[in-house]
Amino acid sequence: MSPEFSDQTKKKIEEVLSRYPRKEAAILPLLHLTQREFGCISNEEEKIVAEILGIKPIKVREVVSFYTMLNPKPVGKYHIQVCSNLSCFLMEAEELIDYLKEKLGIEPGETTPDKKFTLTTVECLGACDQAPSMMINFDYYGHLDKKKIDELLDKLK
Amino acid sequence: MEEKLLTRHFDLKNLYKIEVYLKEVGYQAVKRALKEMKPEEILEEVKNANLRGRGGAGFPAGVKWGFVPQDVDKPKYLCVNADEGEPGTFKDRYIMSHNPHLMIEGIIITCFCVGIHTAFIYIRGEYEAIALRLEQAISEAYKKGFLGKNILETGFDLDVFVHRGAGAYICGEETGLLESLEGKRGHPRLKPPFPASIGLFQCPTVINNVETISNIPQIILNGAEWFLKKGLPKDGGTRIFGVSGVVKNPGIYELPLGTNLKDIIFKYAGGMKEGKKLKAVFPGGMSAPILKADEINIKMDFDSLVEAESMLGSAAIIVIDEETSMLDVLKVVTRFYSHESCGQCTPCRIGNSWINKIIKRIAAGGGKRGDIDNIIRLASNMMGKTLCPLGDAAAMPILSITKKFRKEIESYTAN
Ligand SMILES: Cc1cc2nc3c(=O)[nH]c(=O)nc-3n(C[C@H](O)[C@H](O)[C@H](O)COP(=O)(O)O)c2cc1C
Ligand code: SF4
Ligand code: FES
Repeated sequence: MSPEFSDQTKKKIEEVLSRYPRKEAAILPLLHLTQREFGCISNEEEKIVAEILGIKPIKVREVVSFYTMLNPKPVGKYHIQVCSNLSCFLMEAEELIDYLKEKLGIEPGETTPDKKFTLTTVECLGACDQAPSMMINFDYYGHLDKKKIDELLDKLK
Repeated sequence: MEEKLLTRHFDLKNLYKIEVYLKEVGYQAVKRALKEMKPEEILEEVKNANLRGRGGAGFPAGVKWGFVPQDVDKPKYLCVNADEGEPGTFKDRYIMSHNPHLMIEGIIITCFCVGIHTAFIYIRGEYEAIALRLEQAISEAYKKGFLGKNILETGFDLDVFVHRGAGAYICGEETGLLESLEGKRGHPRLKPPFPASIGLFQCPTVINNVETISNIPQIILNGAEWFLKKGLPKDGGTRIFGVSGVVKNPGIYELPLGTNLKDIIFKYAGGMKEGKKLKAVFPGGMSAPILKADEINIKMDFDSLVEAESMLGSAAIIVIDEETSMLDVLKVVTRFYSHESCGQCTPCRIGNSWINKIIKRIAAGGGKRGDIDNIIRLASNMMGKTLCPLGDAAAMPILSITKKFRKEIESYTAN
């Protein structure tokens, strides 16, 4: 059975579609909504988005595979994205990444067996003044060290 | 004494709310522009102000607007570039989160001047919270009659939409941005035609950076001459410099164009972190050619940096300390570009990943004689030979690091 959007999201989709002179232009906003609702954009979700836009599912796949924030596979409840770009690297981001790997027992790109955490290393997050920086889902955290990471992760249920 | 212009009101509590903004600053510029000025007068003022683009290339905003044909019957578009992907850059985040209405005022005036009725703010996907704040600010502006139909009873209509990216550096490049906004992969387009004539949905389009647009209101309120005096004759106004890396006080510093780089690092950003010594600086984002510690006594403006064989770019200053290995810096730089190359051009796609592989091999202890010359050859083959400037943006840091720190890199290869 293919997944279905909630009524609230359906309304939002109508509004989004009305912004653009061509339907396809709404693909990124639609994919963001899809990912929020279903957690990822797998074949099933690609199909519904393609249907709404009146394009082939492969066209949706092309877009999904290009953008790093769009997940074709499910991620954990908490998606930890640590910046490994230069300003963060200069502030010892590599040590933090090693610490997270050890603490969670996974490599970047993997999810813990209990599906709670996914760890990803990412390029500059635009928060270099707070280096080293990371995001957990859509929340930013900066000036990180091991202690702060312990405190943050302890709070996540 | 330096005077803050764009960031002057940043300390005001809840400035992002329209009631506070109206009370303190107030949409005065929009009122003046729409009610007292003709579009041609606005264009003249912006041209005379020598407002150069804050996104990277430093192209004069007024000249760019002037390229948009006025005798077409197609719609025209404004795209505000809020992709902020250049490593080291975080200034647009501050503008949008602290003072979104300043940018909205800039958008309204720009659109009125160029005859645009639809504007998109293309914001990087990670800035979800800021996108929400912008949407809130936009809806407040609609309610107060600054957006929508018949703005301030002048007959001018304008709609503004926030469009979120989804994690691709190349979508900050203006034609990659257009492709992305049209719902495709962010593959840059061949130029010409330039977006001013054929841009979004094949229509004339202006693309400007957040900071560029946010400068418009004060130019309208105070005039071009005033604006020039705040900076340099050929480079008006201030710049929001972002300082990050191994300094005591990383952050944004709004200073006149032409401020000395040494002062920005040592006076404003508090100097190096305790016990650290300066080794090198990227003066304009990671894509700018690197400067050595003894090369930072220079003025920070577009022309001075070109003279110093670097570039002002996004004015993001990344400070590197003596203990950091330049091979590690190269590793980070080349990993980034090989990851972000969109793959359309062979020199960029193959060159970047190949250089990254060589660097990784050197770092793992397998360096060979000739590696550095190979890297230089590969990087030189990207310069000026690609569809979009990402090829150059990758080659410049690589070439400058291998040139200025050749001995150090060599010490890792000769074993
Ligand atoms: C690879 C690449 C990435 C870029 N990223 C950005 C960006 O994130 N934000 C931005 O404003 N300009 C970026 N630019 C510059 C834009 O192409 C364009 O010049 C700019 O948005 C024009 O606005 P301005 O004239 O107001 O600076 C980038 C350019 C290149 C080549
Ligand atoms: S230079 Fe690189 S990023 Fe730019 S179009 Fe060519 S392959 Fe894509
Ligand atoms: S380098 Fe890490 S946030 Fe910019």
